[in-house]
Amino acid sequence: MEILLIIIIGLLYAAGIYMMLRRSLVKLIIGLILISHGVNLLIFLVGGIVKGEPPVIGDSMKLLTDIYADPIPQALILTAIVISFGLQSFAIILIKRTYKVVKTDDLDVLNPQGEEI
Amino acid sequence: MNNPLIVLPVIIQLATAIILIFFWGKTTVQKVFSLFSGVVNLGIAIWLFTLVENDGIQFMHGGGWEAPFGITFVADMFSVLMVLLTAICGLAVTQYATGSIRNKLVRFGFYPILHFLLMGLNGAFLTGDIFNLYVWFEVIIISSFVLITMGGEKIQIEGAVKYVTMNLLASIIFLTAIALLYGLTGSLNMADLSLKVAEVQNRTLVNVTAALFFIGFGIKSAIFPLYFWLPASYHAPPPAVSAIFAGLLTKVGIYAILRVFTLIFIPDDFMLELISWVAVLTIVTGALGALVQNNLREIFSYLIICHIGFMIAGLGFYTEVALVGVVCYLIHDIIVKTNLYLMAGLVFKIKGTYNIKRLGGFYKSYPKLSLLMAVPLFSLVGVPPLSGFWPKIFLIEGGFDVGEYLGVLVIILGSLITLVIVAKIWTEVIWKESVELPKRDYIKYFHELRPRKQYAVVMPIVALSMVSLFIGFGAEYVIRVSQHIAADLIDTSYYIDAVLGTANPSRP
Repeated sequence: MEILLIIIIGLLYAAGIYMMLRRSLVKLIIGLILISHGVNLLIFLVGGIVKGEPPVIGDSMKLLTDIYADPIPQALILTAIVISFGLQSFAIILIKRTYKVVKTDDLDVLNPQGEEI
Repeated sequence: MNNPLIVLPVIIQLATAIILIFFWGKTTVQKVFSLFSGVVNLGIAIWLFTLVENDGIQFMHGGGWEAPFGITFVADMFSVLMVLLTAICGLAVTQYATGSIRNKLVRFGFYPILHFLLMGLNGAFLTGDIFNLYVWFEVIIISSFVLITMGGEKIQIEGAVKYVTMNLLASIIFLTAIALLYGLTGSLNMADLSLKVAEVQNRTLVNVTAALFFIGFGIKSAIFPLYFWLPASYHAPPPAVSAIFAGLLTKVGIYAILRVFTLIFIPDDFMLELISWVAVLTIVTGALGALVQNNLREIFSYLIICHIGFMIAGLGFYTEVALVGVVCYLIHDIIVKTNLYLMAGLVFKIKGTYNIKRLGGFYKSYPKLSLLMAVPLFSLVGVPPLSGFWPKIFLIEGGFDVGEYLGVLVIILGSLITLVIVAKIWTEVIWKESVELPKRDYIKYFHELRPRKQYAVVMPIVALSMVSLFIGFGAEYVIRVSQHIAADLIDTSYYIDAVLGTANPSRP
């Protein structure tokens, strides 16, 4: 399971960076989305993967003695997903707006230095 | 001391933003209420500052969960100082916006978003939890995205694409670093991390994580070679917005670097060498970039980068004296950069251009304003005894202590180039004969404004200049505060003991 996740995370980062380095605005956003998925999986992986051991203390016990699934990474991932959802929707609206104003999808054509005020 | 009131700066801004949303479209109500809350926030910040100065660190454990299990808010001297500076700049910019921001933007929700941004800044300064810091950074960047694109002009949209992309990338790298750090230590509380990171056996992975943090915060604070989004975007939004960006958004990155690299990762020789080289290159590229620009706001953008380098250089020396310089420079820089951007906005309002080749004649037509502009400009260079002068003494002394002569040389060179640039601005904008510029219909010129609005635009510049003068002439007090903070940054045991409750924190 860990090996599989590691490979997937590596692929997501690599694909994300490749997409970000291309010139199109749409591909830039896709790249960002892919990397942020990679990060979420990374948090999940480094939190340690434990199967079928919920972090619940039984009635008869005071402490968790056994190995248990760490709940914090899941809380972190949930927060990160919500945040990246908001940011990505903003970014998508922004590129739509950019396309309308600048009439191009090519990052090399964008040049904010051009105007002389 | 456990004190739930330390989150008040965050709550005030949140409440203000929410209340302002209920007055959507009512521009006058929004302006008055926003100013009122700015004054309240400044009062609270001053109260918090004196409280922490007299009684030591205050903290709050969210939901009553003891550290390191819950989310902790910590108000030490460094945090409350930054909250105070945020309150000062926030109030100045709010006041400036009442005179300069068009009502069309106010109807788009300018004031609520501004207060969300200030909330994010206050939260980032007060939090004691690394993941919570990430969340506050996201609050800051989403608010800044809205502010930078608000109005939707071509130049803004083009700048925003670069700004948004780099900031999203920075937060992804930051989150990756947090993931690795959590994997290494199993903790998120910064005080707890400080103890646990020191015990980790796998030093290579610790260094990799530290480097990721440095890159993530480095993009936000615009260090070499990650700065290029800054000059591409800071000249685009309205002056009030770029003033708050220039004053506080890059500095929150510096704050985070200082926090993380003094508390969690104590830099080893390799890391210090890296930081020093980055600082040297940041100063040189920023200064050279500023030399060749003609747009007033682009010049200041490059100067931000140059002066970020000074602070990074101080961190690279890593002695207590150098850190005094860094903190002191941070205080000076936040005020003076906000002021310079407000001033650039005023110049634009008067003449209708930012291009220094076409500006001129200020001394003839506005002698009092020229005198006012002298304060931030000469503070920026550090003409003694103005505010930029004192921190550099400490930075240079710190550099000599550790024998980093190259760093010292570049700091002096950077100051020299800043002086050349300020002299250039002074001759071009203030002294040169004015040329007749074509009138543009879409600009509301300064002399067309009602006197009340004219005061609204000039007052914040006067107020911030007064603060700059206070930093210069009251340097003894400012340096004492900086020394206190630098001592806490070097000797972290006080912070750790206070947060984790391992000892009775009773230091004065």
